[in-house]
Amino acid sequence: MGKRKANPNKNNCVACGVCVGQCPREAISIYKGCYALVDTLKCIGCGICQKACPADVISMVDEGEVSCGNS
Amino acid sequence: MATVKKQKHWYQYLWIWSILYFSLGFFNILFAWFGMLDFILPLIFAIFGGNKWFCNNMCGRGQLFWVLGRNLKCSRQKSAPKWMSSKWFRYGFLTFFMTMFGTMVFQTYQVFAGADTLKKAIKLFWTFRVPWQWTYSGSVFPDWVAQFGYGFYSLMLTSTLIGLIVMVLYKERTWCSFCPMGTMTQGICKLKNKEA
Repeated sequence: MGKRKANPNKNNCVACGVCVGQCPREAISIYKGCYALVDTLKCIGCGICQKACPADVISMVDEGEVSCGNS
Repeated sequence: MATVKKQKHWYQYLWIWSILYFSLGFFNILFAWFGMLDFILPLIFAIFGGNKWFCNNMCGRGQLFWVLGRNLKCSRQKSAPKWMSSKWFRYGFLTFFMTMFGTMVFQTYQVFAGADTLKKAIKLFWTFRVPWQWTYSGSVFPDWVAQFGYGFYSLMLTSTLIGLIVMVLYKERTWCSFCPMGTMTQGICKLKNKEA
């Protein structure tokens, strides 16, 4: 089991930016007003963004599985 | 590991503006016009900047829900039903909202054209009439200006009340997941991103 990373589902993301404001590592950005994008190098897998997300589109996954839900 | 120290910006206090807006409209309905800023600014950011910087950083309403829901613990912080952030509901709510906005503009036009008279009341949830006559007793502007104020204030108050209800029941900013302005600006950004 690898490190945990935040993995937003970009199809259901509403791009509100709540996660961006809550991330303690400034690892999330809203890509061109379309969806949340996580910098996996900065993400420490704390899960704060997951708890804050009003649309529940962020899941915490093992490092190797990042972007699986991003099809 | 220490967390990144975050700088506080002036625009993180815009939740105060949200409270101020409704307070001012309680005394003079013409202040309702300032709410147009919350309509126009997000669109400017989306159309010209291709981003949702307004939603992400400046939305006073979203910030107010956060302050009340998270800081003052007025939210259950439970997941909202999935359909609430689904595309059909978001675009459906946007359509409904724009229809109601159009109706409000038409009512303003009726007063402008002299086909109807100024109604000094606000309408909550598009249904309940609440007397609001103390907020207007004539001004240098024609009556339709005040009529728009009453209509727009009704719209702003109704949507904030809906937002407060879902804030209490679900997550702090559940409103953001189906906010008509948010849906509209994200739609614009997606369109812009496609052509780029």
